[in-house]
Amino acid sequence: MTDAAMPKPVSQNRAIWQQFRSHKGAVFGLIVLGLLILFVLIGPLVWVPEKLKVAEAIRLKNQGPSLRFPLGTDQLGRDMLSRMMLAGRISLAVGLVAMLIAIVFGTLIGVVAGYYRRFEGPLMRLTDMFLALPLIPLLLVLVMLFRDRIASVIGPELGAFALIVFAIGITSWMATARIVRGEVLTLKEREYVLAARSIGARPRRIILRHILPNVVSPVMVAATLGVAEAIITESVLSFLGLGFPPDFPTWGRLLFDGLQYMQVYPERVIWPGLAISLTVLSVNYIGDGLRDALDPRIRGR
Amino acid sequence: MRDASPKPLVQVTDLKMHFPIYSGIFRRHSGDVKAVDGVSFDIQAGETLGLVGESGCGKSTVGRALLRLYEITAGKVVIDGEDVASLPPEALRKKRPTMQMVFQDPQASLNPRMTLARIISEPLDEHTDWNDARKLERVYELMDAVGLNRRFANRFPHEFSGGQRQRIGIARALALNPKFIVCDEPIAALDVSIQAQVVNLLEDLQERFGLTYLFISHDLSMVRHIADRVAVMYLGKIAELSPRDALYSLPLHPYAEALLSAVNEPDPVRAATRKRIILKGDVPSPANPPLGCNFSTRCPRVFDRCRVEDPALRQVEPGRFVACHLYDQQTAAGPTGAPEVNERNQQGELQ
Ligand SMILES: Nc1ncnc2c1ncn2[C@@H]1O[C@H](COP(=O)(O)OP(=O)(O)O)[C@@H](O)[C@H]1O
Ligand SMILES: [Mg+2]
Repeated sequence: MTDAAMPKPVSQNRAIWQQFRSHKGAVFGLIVLGLLILFVLIGPLVWVPEKLKVAEAIRLKNQGPSLRFPLGTDQLGRDMLSRMMLAGRISLAVGLVAMLIAIVFGTLIGVVAGYYRRFEGPLMRLTDMFLALPLIPLLLVLVMLFRDRIASVIGPELGAFALIVFAIGITSWMATARIVRGEVLTLKEREYVLAARSIGARPRRIILRHILPNVVSPVMVAATLGVAEAIITESVLSFLGLGFPPDFPTWGRLLFDGLQYMQVYPERVIWPGLAISLTVLSVNYIGDGLRDALDPRIRGR
Repeated sequence: MRDASPKPLVQVTDLKMHFPIYSGIFRRHSGDVKAVDGVSFDIQAGETLGLVGESGCGKSTVGRALLRLYEITAGKVVIDGEDVASLPPEALRKKRPTMQMVFQDPQASLNPRMTLARIISEPLDEHTDWNDARKLERVYELMDAVGLNRRFANRFPHEFSGGQRQRIGIARALALNPKFIVCDEPIAALDVSIQAQVVNLLEDLQERFGLTYLFISHDLSMVRHIADRVAVMYLGKIAELSPRDALYSLPLHPYAEALLSAVNEPDPVRAATRKRIILKGDVPSPANPPLGCNFSTRCPRVFDRCRVEDPALRQVEPGRFVACHLYDQQTAAGPTGAPEVNERNQQGELQ
């Protein structure tokens, strides 16, 4: 046997990484998202704004960009750059975690509903019910009911974070669930799934091996849209006074705060807006690249 | 070639597969698609049974029901001594290696995200506890057996041609040393030039590994090449089941006659005298089959009895089974040692 000359089945991770690297948008997205994360994580350690007395701060309000305040100051004389960094921590965390919850939950519901006939009815009715619920009032009620209770257990900031992430996650999985279910319904009838069944593969194996890898594309799309939506929903909640405490900056909150002064100081809107857009854009491109990299038909080209 | 041992490898008795139809807002059960409606046949070990018929007559459903890819409505499917249709899940799993399937569309039957090596070793993952090296050795062995270059092991299905993909599917079916393979139109999606290669490969493998085939096809000339006996299906039932040569030289059932009259006849003398029978009308819907004989709406030799009474499949000559009232007078005794079909009347059977 010429066994030694035969290539051993190699791990696909390298091929996937190579394809990902060849996708310009994905690399751009990865770099931008990496920079954003560095900016919000390392930034506050490097850039420590001076502590101002109240009188000074009032004198220094609404400043334009300068060496002392690279992004200027807000209407209360607070340094915009450091607020942007702190805000980014929360917004990015909320966006990514809420998206993750929504994707995991939505995929789970979608796969179970699509694959197992007997769960399809109940699960899809549940999905319809969530779709029919008016989201903002629901979120309001959730926050009103549980904010103080959770805050007393894990502290107000972490409490607010957990509650918001949970509330957004639990109200944005439905689109994913529907898309995934539809996809699973068609995949289930594919001949390779029949082939797996004729081999005697157990449902769990079939789902992990044949169904999930083939629903990544729609899930990726839903995921990237989900990040943007989560960041925006968080700002809506904060705007309504139901998100994080008012002195706690998030990008969405900065955006809404800046809105009142937009005519005079447009940069107040531009900075947080830019940050949100860059996040969404980079996540989008990363998702795109990942989707291509995971598809051998595209990888092979 | 045919082993005439008394115990057939596959024994199908009165197999029925009805797909329920739900309609209305309340999704009420309003009827059934009778895709397979009382089919019986045997396949001897080492034999190839051809299953032919127009598209939509229920051939694939028979094949899939035999391997219990569907939960059948009624009937028995005894394969190698066990009734597959009633095996509990874990026993069924243990049974699966004996019976495998080669699918029609080699593109759709291979997961596009798996390499050839992983596809072929999937059955081994499920049924053996071998280590990777041993599985790989077996994969290479199978690739040799079906004529695939070992260098292709890490490639993906989309990199192959239709014929090569079908070889991958065949290798996967062979991985666990099955006894019985259902070939569901394995060549229908291939180029004509490739078809013969794949059929020859299937024949080679049959000889080497002692396989038994149910060969489903609508290509009558290919079936003539590979099958020992042929069952002709029409609208969920078997119209005629005969040895190949007898069927091709003198089909008994009017439907088999019509079907065969459309095939190219290699013998010029016969070709000159033969005339083509053109059937009128469409195949009725399997959700609403006609009363009496299923073929009565299109049969050129239909008479009154056909429209009220469903003919049972009977042995009319040694080894030849026909479901047609035209041959009723000739049958003296009931079939002996042959698939038994109870005479049924559609009228009395409201689902
Ligand atoms: N899963 C299913 N649900 C409902 N009807 C089906 C299903 N599978 C097949 N049928 C119906 O059963 C009949 C026979 O189909 P099939 O066995 O695929 O025919 P063939 O393979 O001979 O072309 C067709 O009328 C088809 O519409
Ligand atoms: Mg078919």
